[in-house]
Amino acid sequence: MVLLIQYTVIFASVLCLVALGGCFSEHSGVINLGLEGIMVMGALGGAVTMFLLPAGTSKIVIVVATTLAAILIGMIYSCLLAVASINFNADQTLIGTAMNLLATAAATVFVRAMNTSINPDNVSSTIQYIQEKKAFLKYVGKFEFNWFMLMAVILLVVSYFILYKTKFGLRLQACGENPQAADSVGINVYKMRWAGVLISGFLGGLGGIVYITAGVSEWKFEMGVAGFGFLALAVMIFGQWRPTKIALAALLFGLFRALSNVYTGIGFLAALHIPSTVYNMLPYIISIIVLAFTSKNSRAPKAEGIPYDKGMR
Amino acid sequence: MNEKAVKKNILKNPSFQAILTSLICIVIGLLIGYIVLLLINPAGAGEAIKTIILNFLSRSSSAAQMKALGNTMAKTAPLLMCALSICFCYKVGLFNIGAAGQYEAGACFGLYAALAWHMPWFVCLIVAAIAGAVIGAISGALKAYRNVNEVISGIMLNWIMLYLTNMMLNKVKDPTSPYTMKLSSTNKGALIPMAGLNTLFANNKTVTLAVPLAIIFAILIWVILSKTKFGYELKATGYNKEAAMYAGMKEKQNIIVTLAIGGALAGVGAAFLFLTGYQEWSTTQTSVPGMGFNGIAATFLGGLHPIGTIFASFFIQSITDGGALIDKSVYPSQISDLISSLIIYLCGFVLFFKHILNTAVSKRDTGGPNVNDVPVEPIADKDDKKEGGDK
Repeated sequence: MVLLIQYTVIFASVLCLVALGGCFSEHSGVINLGLEGIMVMGALGGAVTMFLLPAGTSKIVIVVATTLAAILIGMIYSCLLAVASINFNADQTLIGTAMNLLATAAATVFVRAMNTSINPDNVSSTIQYIQEKKAFLKYVGKFEFNWFMLMAVILLVVSYFILYKTKFGLRLQACGENPQAADSVGINVYKMRWAGVLISGFLGGLGGIVYITAGVSEWKFEMGVAGFGFLALAVMIFGQWRPTKIALAALLFGLFRALSNVYTGIGFLAALHIPSTVYNMLPYIISIIVLAFTSKNSRAPKAEGIPYDKGMR
Repeated sequence: MNEKAVKKNILKNPSFQAILTSLICIVIGLLIGYIVLLLINPAGAGEAIKTIILNFLSRSSSAAQMKALGNTMAKTAPLLMCALSICFCYKVGLFNIGAAGQYEAGACFGLYAALAWHMPWFVCLIVAAIAGAVIGAISGALKAYRNVNEVISGIMLNWIMLYLTNMMLNKVKDPTSPYTMKLSSTNKGALIPMAGLNTLFANNKTVTLAVPLAIIFAILIWVILSKTKFGYELKATGYNKEAAMYAGMKEKQNIIVTLAIGGALAGVGAAFLFLTGYQEWSTTQTSVPGMGFNGIAATFLGGLHPIGTIFASFFIQSITDGGALIDKSVYPSQISDLISSLIIYLCGFVLFFKHILNTAVSKRDTGGPNVNDVPVEPIADKDDKKEGGDK
């Protein structure tokens, strides 16, 4: 049971972080379908940092360096979306999709090239970080506390505060609802949208590294992040683009994702003899069902997905 | 003077512009790929990029070349079907990223019909089409009645279908390997007939009727979209759902039908690969097959035109196969995926390229007002209005 709670919390942290990222981007008016790719890039940045840090580095340095690397790479990668969709008015769905494919391909190429340069016989796309990962963990009884859980909670509170209690957050939301009106009162819509996308890169990159350290100690980058970025988008829609509801939605989805990791350890679930593939499918099935019931009265920002054109009124 | 006018006309011609912008995307994509190869190992980078571009031509003998070309053709057919699926839906304003899931459904039920029920090939083909259509229709119904974004439901269905396919095909797999049983030994009748095409490609038995059939499908889709009332209604729905509704079109039904057709195309695509015996389905695979995603690249590279898609599919498949030929001890074969995803990304800038082109042409052509500045392509290019934004 402790294991189930532990996995639920860590997966919920990932979903919450990434969904908040999507939330900032969409509130500024840009649909970020590239979150999946941003996660892969963040994961790559973090994993490579852990891999390169010399053995014996102090725990605090590992935690800080890995986190910062993931965030930085995530933000840099999100610039691809920002440039294309804000400055060049490109189709945001197309760019997001391209970013997802590009991230997996680029990460695989990078890791394989790195592995081969160290050992010519190693053509795998896997990075191991067994020792380094322990820096993030702290045992509270049987519960494996992960510093990332704390980060997720803090960032959730901060996001709520920024979105609703600061001038910046309210202006950001204005750009997603009615950019023309926002512009007419002197808000620079382009800058605001850039900010929204960069914040989503920040949170998406962090979510990526949390995901690949949740429960495993190595990652095969050919797999990308297995649709988790899109699950996060489902969480965001289910959470009606609001941080508090997103957190609750993330817990629900986290629970279903955690089940596939731990169901064998739970007496009555193991006794049901449901094939493991069913548990693997579960989060995706649930998200479709949930979306079917929540998308109808969507509270999506009104101007999301529409490139801002100053000349259009 | 006269010569100049002709030149201007060519530059303003929408199809010429589409081909030119696609070529720009390809060149930039390959260039970045080359730079990445240089960064990994400068010594063999030139040779590697040459192999990727030339693919089958890099083989030594002409027989080997024809055989390799045959392999590329055999895999172009399924890719073309996926690309057509995405192209068709995109013309109706739907981004069918679920083509990969519909492809999986086609593989799942097509192979199951062949291996468990011992059906002949054309029955398997129809089963695959229906399976794909059902999955597409689910996305469509969710979009039409529940307002679920088809991209998100598509991705979810991709993963659901992956696990479902693994589970289903596990029943007809070879006991000694994770792959499904070979059609050639289990049910020869399910193999798509070669109709003598194999002899053209140095007796490459994977070149079958699937290749010409895929091309016929491409022409069919082009005819439906541009020459029929049905296609016009679908495009109108994509252009403006409300307007289509007020004009008396059944917009909800149109969305479902579109994705069902898209799904059927992708499902047939899977049958075109797995019913040729080119490869078997691995029941332990943990990632969604790349065919559906490469289809996106082929669609946009083909200028969102069914006929252009034929050539684009061949190109994308050719660099993918070329990528598999490079020295794997030095360079990762995924470099081709990198190049094709870069091409998709660059396709997002197509409108911008066209804008530059038009500005350049009208600058040179100083006499008279530029009425024809924006390429006219009414419904197809719905993004036109986005052009000319503040730069």
